[in-house]
Formats: sequence, C-alpha cells, structure tokens
Amino acid sequence: MIPGQVTGNRYASVAMLRMPTEVHLAMVAHCLRGLPEEACGLLAGHLATGEVAGLYPADNLAHSARVYTLDPLAHLRADRDAEGRGLELVGVFHSHTHTDAFPSPTDVAQAPDPGWHYVIVSLRDDQPVVRSYRIVEGAIEEESVVLRTHWARAS
Amino acid sequence: MAVEVRLPTVLRSQAGGRSTVSVEGSTVGEVLHALVSAHPGMSEQVLNPDGTLHRFVNVYVNDDDVRYLSALDTPVKEGDEVSILPAVAGG
Repeated sequence: MIPGQVTGNRYASVAMLRMPTEVHLAMVAHCLRGLPEEACGLLAGHLATGEVAGLYPADNLAHSARVYTLDPLAHLRADRDAEGRGLELVGVFHSHTHTDAFPSPTDVAQAPDPGWHYVIVSLRDDQPVVRSYRIVEGAIEEESVVLRTHWARAS
Repeated sequence: MAVEVRLPTVLRSQAGGRSTVSVEGSTVGEVLHALVSAHPGMSEQVLNPDGTLHRFVNVYVNDDDVRYLSALDTPVKEGDEVSILPAVAGG
C-alpha cells in the first residue's frame, strides 16, 4: 500500500495510528491499574495524520469488568486541554479484561465518532495486547499501531 | 444573548472545522434548537425527533451536566459555554 493512500474508509486518511512509546506505556499502565475493572481514556493528537501526542486517563463510571462509560466531565476537560495545546481528541482507548483486543458489539454500536481511532488493550493474557480500529457505520477496520521511541528522533 | 457552544470532534466538520460556534438562546434547549436550525446536519446527533436530548449525548453548561440541572430548561447567560459531548462507552 502507498503510504498515505486513502483507503475504503473515507474517514481514514492513513490506516495507522502513530504513538509515542511513552503514551503506549502510560495507556497500558492505566489499564493494568484499573483491574479487575475495564479502564478507559482519551487520546489527543492530529486526526489528519493519525499521530497521537498524549493521553487523558479517565474514570470508568460503570465500574465494571464488562463495560465502560467514560466520565463525560473528564472528556470535556480533555477536549479543552487538548485544544489549548493545539491538539484535538483523536480517539478512545479501553481495556478488555477477559477477551480479545477486538471491538465488541457494544463498542461498535456506541462508537461516537467515525473519525476517531478505537484502541483496545486486552489484558486477557500475560502480555497486554494493543490493537487499533476505525469504526464507521458499523464496519470495523483494523489499522496498525506504530510506536515511536521519541518524536525528535523520528525521521 | 449569545453563548459559545463547544462541539465534539464528530460535529466540527459541519461547522467549517470550528470547535466552538456562537449561538443565541436563554436556555440550553433554545441554544440547541438554534444550533441545529443553523446546522441541520447536526440535528439527529443532538436531539430526538420530539425535541428531547439524544440519549447518547451529554450536555454541559460550563462544568455542570444539564441532566443534574434543569435539562433543556437550564438557563444560560452571556459568556456561558454549552458543551456537547457524545457519550463515550462500550463493552
């Protein structure tokens, strides 16, 4: 595939999510801390390029091992903060404590934004598994998650 | 009077990419109805056909969820920020 080629998903200009390793580690750590419940948070960055620059861990108001409801006040504050940094919210991450890193029917039904990236951290096995998806009108499309050790070193 | 409405990322393309728009109204309901009148494409993502707030949308006045205030009857004043947020949830 040609880098940057538009895929069948009209919202996905680039079928990958690029993420600093620090953000990846912080995301997995937040999910592990949330056990035995599902954990969640928001990702900020640039929608046009699929670059993540930071994350906003949030409370799961559902306090459940099966479902999550991201604290809407945390969402509001994250949105304001991201904008103040010249970023925008680009997606949401949440953990699956006992299942694959694949969107559940509830994840698909409740996906709030076709432009967002939906990251799932599976904690079912010994090693956390992180995968990312686009969800548009009920259709699930996986994208690669590319880690960068440091943006300044990225070439 | 004019209040600022903060739009979620999913609605920004319908407002020329802006994150906030200025809308007239003295209650949250008036503000939202004025918003969807100006941007009809937002209608079904914000309000139900009967004019009530969509179940999967959270609306805040400044830092307060209107469901814990007076819902669509919540008064707003000049300088308030009304924020629309899609519920972020799943399984």
